[in-house]
Formats: sequence, C-alpha cells, structure tokens
Amino acid sequence: MSEHEYTPKSKVGKWFNDRLPLLTLANHLTDYPTPKNLNYWWTFGGILTFCLITQIVTGLVLAMHYIAHADMAFQSVEHIMRDVNYGWLIRYIHANGASMFFLAVYIHIFRSLFYGSYKSPREVIWIIGIIIYLLMMAAAFLGYVLPWGQMSFWGATVITNLFSAIPLVGEGIVTWLWGGYSVDNPTLTRFFTLHYLIPFLILGLVVLHIWALHVPGNNNPIGIDIKKPSKDTVPFHPYIVIKDGFALLMFMIVFAFFVFYTPNILGHADNYIEANPLVTPAHIVPEWYLLPFYAILRSVPDKLLGVIAMLSAILILAALPWLDTSKIRSAVFRPLYKQFYWILVADVLILGYVGAMPAEGLYLLIARIATAYYFLHFLVVLPVLGFKERTTPVPLSITEPILGGSPNLATVKKKDSFKDQ
Amino acid sequence: MEKKTKRRDFLFTATYAVGAVGAGAVIWPMIDQMNPDASVKALASTEVDVSAVNPGKTITVLWRGKPVFIRRRTQEEIAEAKSVKLEDLKHPEKDEDRAKNPEWLVMLGVCTHLGCVPLDQKGDYNGWFCPCHGSHYDTSGRIRKGPAPTNMEIPEYKFVDANTIKIG
Repeated sequence: MSEHEYTPKSKVGKWFNDRLPLLTLANHLTDYPTPKNLNYWWTFGGILTFCLITQIVTGLVLAMHYIAHADMAFQSVEHIMRDVNYGWLIRYIHANGASMFFLAVYIHIFRSLFYGSYKSPREVIWIIGIIIYLLMMAAAFLGYVLPWGQMSFWGATVITNLFSAIPLVGEGIVTWLWGGYSVDNPTLTRFFTLHYLIPFLILGLVVLHIWALHVPGNNNPIGIDIKKPSKDTVPFHPYIVIKDGFALLMFMIVFAFFVFYTPNILGHADNYIEANPLVTPAHIVPEWYLLPFYAILRSVPDKLLGVIAMLSAILILAALPWLDTSKIRSAVFRPLYKQFYWILVADVLILGYVGAMPAEGLYLLIARIATAYYFLHFLVVLPVLGFKERTTPVPLSITEPILGGSPNLATVKKKDSFKDQ
Repeated sequence: MEKKTKRRDFLFTATYAVGAVGAGAVIWPMIDQMNPDASVKALASTEVDVSAVNPGKTITVLWRGKPVFIRRRTQEEIAEAKSVKLEDLKHPEKDEDRAKNPEWLVMLGVCTHLGCVPLDQKGDYNGWFCPCHGSHYDTSGRIRKGPAPTNMEIPEYKFVDANTIKIG
C-alpha cells in the first residue's frame, strides 16, 4: 500500500476529501503498487468482477419480466425469449454468463493453487474467496430452478433432498426448505428471493476480498515478498488496467461466441419441457461446473457419507493454507509440487467427466479412484511434500535474475532461510 | 479485587436473558413462515377411483405434490414379493405389512435416495428402477440394490369402498 499523504489539488476536492476521503481511496486504487511480473493468469480477478456486474445487470432486467409462480414461470421465460425486446439476448447473456463466471473462477482458483497465493499472509483473502465460491454455487443452483423446466424441478428435488441425509432432523429441514411436501410454488418463490439476494452478498464479499488483498498486496509468479513501492512494482493504473482490459476483451470474445453461436450447448434440452412432478427425466445431470462434486457424491454408496464427502471436497479448500506445509509459494520453484498440481488438475477434469456419465461399471470405478485421489492430494501429498521436497533456489527479487543484486533488503535477510529448504 | 456478585452483574445477566428471549420470539416467526402453510396442509387427502386398473397395471396419482403409485399386482409378483427372505433385505419389511390387500400396492413413488420418481417394471428385481442414481426396488417396492437407504414409503390409505382408495 502506498502510504504517502494524498491531497486533492482542487479546493472543492480538498473540502470534500476532508469530510469523506473518497478521493484518497481512488488515489490508493490507481497508485496501488503491483508486482511488475504479473502474467495473464492474474487478470481473472478483473474478469470475475466483470462477470458479477454482468449477472447483476442482466438479472435485474430479467426480474422485470419474469413471474415467480409455478403456473407462470415457464411461460414467462418463453415470453422473455419470444416477446420482450432483446429478451433472448439478455437471457442468453445471463444463462451463459453463469458458465463464464465459473470458467473464470476455476482459472482464478487454480492460478492461486499453482502460485501458492493462499499461503501466509493471504489466508483471509483465500477463505473469503471460498465463501464467495460457495455462494456462487448456491446462486447458480437457485437460478437454474427459476425457469421451472424439468431439469429445474428435478435438480431442485435432488439437491434439497441432500439435506434429508442428516439424521433425525433431515426430513423436517427438507419440508421447511420446500414449504410443503414436495418442490412446489412456495419453493419457487423463496428460491427467487434468495437468488436475487445472493449476488449482493457476493458483491459485499468481493469488496472484503479486494480489501484483504490490498493489505499484503498481490502475490506474483515467483511468489516472493517484494518491497512496495520499489523497482519491482508498477502502479495499478495504467499498467494493470490496460493488461486486465486486454484480457477482458479476449474473454468477452469467448463469452460472445457462446451467447451468439451456441447459446444452449451448456444447458440441457430437458429444461425446455415444463416441470412435471410425475416424471423424472431419464438422465439427471447438474450443470458442468458442478459435475466434479456430483461425481464425488455418487461415488460413495452410502447416502449420508456421500453428502459428507461432497461437502468436504469443497470445505477442505478452506483448510488449504494449513494443509500445505511448504514455505515456498510458487510452484515454479517446487519441482515435485508442480507435477502433483497437474495430476490434481487432471483428477478434477476426470471427476467432471465421470460426473456426466451414468454411475455404473467402469465409470463408477474411475469416479471412486479419482475421489480417493482428490482427498489424498490435500490430506497426504500436500502436508508431506512441504517437508520432503527439495525446492530450487528462489530469486531475491523480481529484477535480480536480470540485473543481479536485490533492491530489497528484506528479501536479502530471508536468503538464509531459503538455503535451508 | 474480591469476586462478588454485584447488583450490576445481576442487571447485566437479566438484560441478556430478556434480550435472548426477545430475539428468539422475533426469529421464530421468521423461520416458521417457511414451513408448509395452511393452504398446503389443507390438501392432505385424495380419493382415487381404481375400478379401471387391471392386474399388472400401475396408475400414478398426485398427493401432496408427490406421485403415489397404485399397482394392481399379478399373482407372480405377489408370490415373488412373499418369497424373499427378510435377511436378504437392506430394510427388512414383510410384504404383508406393506400391502394389506396383497393385490394392491399403494406407495409413494419417490426414491428414498434423493427424491426422483422410479420407473415402473424396470431394474434387476422386476419392480422399480430409479434412473437418477441407480436404485433397484422389488415388486413390493423394497430397496434391493443401489444407494437408497430405505424401502419406498407406504402412505396412510384405506379402501373407502371396493373401488375407491383414500390416500392421506
């Protein structure tokens, strides 16, 4: 953080800033010293902010035309698609926007896993991020119910029934969630209310996420502590703004491709059939971004244990800063971790694939192995690796490999501790 | 300083206690409003005419928003259901206890795993098969294979006359 005193130039600006220091905040955000070696994997924070705003704006517009009633919801969505001016465009942006949001968040999370961004002193940023991710999944699930198609109805039935696995109070909780004895109109109206609420909770948490980021500053591809501001940093504006902006444009091309050329490829055809409580679709699958967790749920033959395994798979991420015992952040200097990282990436992709397949035969076997490995990675591989791994030498500063020497006395002092690794 | 209960400590404790009761009294209506309301509870029973159901046929009716299977079983199905040993069952229940009149099986058509509607005349036990996560039920609706923990539920029902069943 830049700690120098900021004084607005104009008299009016100074008068206002003395009463509400908004200009000081704006100055902090533009001058914010950023490591100069940030690569394009660091642009997804900005992209995610864009995704959130897109979902809020398109969602507000859709809410002006949508009717949250079991008898009218399906028709009102078709009304949006056919009658409302540009309704098709706004709905397709919103529906595909959810997928784009998850695509970006997965890249963002895996970037953090590769470069060790979750490690001290950034644990709180990481945990806020996990909470945001959980809320995103809740919002996506609730939103998927609103069109009141077959997948909406049966997805809602299956997910809410997960709570019935809780001993004793489970059934009561499910009835309470439904507001009846099955998913029905009371369920739809409360899901709409919560779907409307959650994005604003996420927005608040994003502010905290960024605030917590601005305390220690950004991690960087070589994962070392840097002095700020110094030769190793550049101001956020214009350097990062331009870089983020360019990456955002590239991302918008992908986004637009889905919206304009294959708007339904990520959805499910059955959701264009109105909800029918008497017929379950032959093959129920969640949206692609939830498939790995769905695979974990199905790989356990016991109902309660399956639900516990699925929830643990997400919650274990919150303990990651303490499960990973290595002092070196970036995988660039961790030859073994780098390999396990890519195995984990493959493992999650495999889980996603088998999650979309029927839970039987070879698929079930693969799902079980992949589930076991997922937990093994976090509970055994990461803790042990921190003690066993021989890491490669870490540069003293971002400029050192090129210019030699270090502009930063703090990292020089740490040189001895790196030798011990 | 010696530890002594003072007048002030009593006032604090009393204030917290009253505050907690007050907060609870406000929170409970906020939670309970989500439970089934009077109009939902009012739809608690349904009468069904089963005169047109021939042996080997199932009809599905909606009761409390959930499907209820009413199956008129064939003699082979009844025999098969009765011949199963209780120790082979994950959730041991006698067929006699599930179908008071063995010809008629009335049960909630809801898989006890995660609530999907199982398909009729499918699966390894000639009963029902749930397409969602692969649970197999026998001709008595008892769980035989797959992730579902219990047999499909039997709702409260009675024959009002020879051709009419009242569910609920």
